[in-house]
Amino acid sequence: MRQVTVLNAVHREMGAKMVDFGGWDMPLHYGSQISEHHAVRRDAGMFDVSHMRVVDIAGTDARAWLQHLLANNVDKLTTLGRALYSCMLNEQGGVIDDLIVYLQPGDQFRIVVNAATTEKDLAWMRHTAEGLDVSIVPRADLAMIAVQGPNARAQVWAALPGAQAVSESLKPFHAIEFKGIFIARTGYTGEDGFELMLPVTEAEALWRKLYQQGVQPTGLGARDTLRLEAGMNLYGQDMDETTSPFETGLAWTVDLKSDRDFIGKSALVGQTFTQQQVGVLLQDKGVLRGHQKVETPLGLGEITSGSFSPTLQQSIAFARVPMGIAPGDVLAVQVRDRALQAKVVHYPFVRNGRGLVS
Amino acid sequence: MNIPNDLKYTASHEWVQAQADGSVRIGITDHAQDLLGDMVFVENPVPGRHLVAGEECAVVESVKAASDVYAPIAGKVLATNPDVEVAPEALNTDAYEAWLFSLQPDNPADLNGLLDAVAYRALVEADSH
Repeated sequence: MRQVTVLNAVHREMGAKMVDFGGWDMPLHYGSQISEHHAVRRDAGMFDVSHMRVVDIAGTDARAWLQHLLANNVDKLTTLGRALYSCMLNEQGGVIDDLIVYLQPGDQFRIVVNAATTEKDLAWMRHTAEGLDVSIVPRADLAMIAVQGPNARAQVWAALPGAQAVSESLKPFHAIEFKGIFIARTGYTGEDGFELMLPVTEAEALWRKLYQQGVQPTGLGARDTLRLEAGMNLYGQDMDETTSPFETGLAWTVDLKSDRDFIGKSALVGQTFTQQQVGVLLQDKGVLRGHQKVETPLGLGEITSGSFSPTLQQSIAFARVPMGIAPGDVLAVQVRDRALQAKVVHYPFVRNGRGLVS
Repeated sequence: MNIPNDLKYTASHEWVQAQADGSVRIGITDHAQDLLGDMVFVENPVPGRHLVAGEECAVVESVKAASDVYAPIAGKVLATNPDVEVAPEALNTDAYEAWLFSLQPDNPADLNGLLDAVAYRALVEADSH
C-alpha cells in the first residue's frame, strides 16, 4: 500500500500519471514531462513535495546536537530563517541523507529530509540525541508545495495576499513564516522560487489557486531533469551510505575548518579518496543513464545520474570517475553494444534558464 | 486508446502496416509511447540487415527509460524513417504516423500470425488491470 499526500486525488483529477517513489504514490507527469520542465525554466511550475518530511528541532541542546550530527556547520546560520544544505553521515563517513536545515526563532531549527529515508533518519536522530535536551518532532501535519521558475515568486504573491510584503526582500536560501505558512526561497531546480510548508488542510486550496493562475503542475519526471541540469545530487542515486561527500561532489558541504567534532569526521579526515563526481556532456547521440560503465584515461567509472537535458537538447550526466579526471577530458560510455563519446564538463549545466556548457 | 483496425500488432507493442508493394512498416503503438513518455532518441537497424522474428532491432528512448523494439516478423530492413530519428517526439504526437523502419518480409504469410486490433486491445486492457 503506497503512502499518499493530501493532494493525491487532485493530481489524478489533473491527469497525472502516478508512480511509486520510495513508497509514495506520486505524479510522474501530467502529460508531458518536457513541457513541464520548460514551464519551470521559462515561467512557473509547482511540485507537490509533501512526501518529504519536515522535522522541527527544539531544546536547549539543539544547536550543540546539530553541530555533532551534521557535516556542515549550523553556526553558519547567522541570520534568522537562513537555510543550510548538509549531509548527515554515519561513523564511516557515508551519507545517511542530505537535508536542509533552517534557523528558527529561539535557537530552534527546522529540517527537511528525503521521503524514502524519513524513518531511518528519525531513528538516527533519536539515537544520537539520547540523553540530551533535544525534541525531534516530525510534522506530518504539514504539506509542502514548491513553486519554481522565473515567475514563481510573483505567482505565490498573487495567490497569498499579504505574502509579498513579507517575502519580497527575502534573500535566496532564507525563509520566513507568514500566517502559518513557512515561505522558503529554496528549491531543487536551479530557478528562483519558493518552497511553501503549510497545514495539509490548506494545501488543496493553494494548489488550485496557483493552477487557476496558470502555474504548471509538474511531476517527479521534470523534477529529476531540472535538478540534474542544476547540478544537484539525488540521494540514493548519486550518494548513499557507502559513499562519502568527497566522492559525490559534496565536499563543499563538509565543514572541516571549525574544530567541532561531527559524526563521520574522523573517518573522512583519515582517508584518501580515489573517486570523484564530475559532470558529463554526451557528444554522440543517445541517452546517458545511471549505472552505465565509463572508461576514462585514468581507469573505470560509472554514470550515477543521467538523462536527456530538455534545455540543452543533449544528454547530460553525473559520473563517478577516478580522481585526476578534469573538465575537457574525453570519456567513453558503454551504452548497450556501443561506446559513446562524452566530455567532462563543469556543472551546473543550467542555471536560471540558461545553459552553461556546450 | 488509439488502436487502428487496419494494423497488425505484437504483444511487445509494435505495430505493423502492410504496404502496397509487399513491404511492411513497423512502429511502436500509442499505448507504448504513453507508457514511455516524452521520446528523445531513436536508434534504428541498418538497412540491409536481416532480422529474425522477435530479434531486438531498434531502441526508442524517452526521458524516463530506454526500450527495445523487436522485429515482429522475419525479413530484411529496407529503409528507416529519418524524420523520427531527427524528431523522436513525433512518436508522442502520432505513434502510427511515425514509423521506425520498413521490412521486406521473408514470408508475407507471417503477418497472419500477428495480433489484430481486437486481440491487441484485449492484451493492453488485461495489462492495465
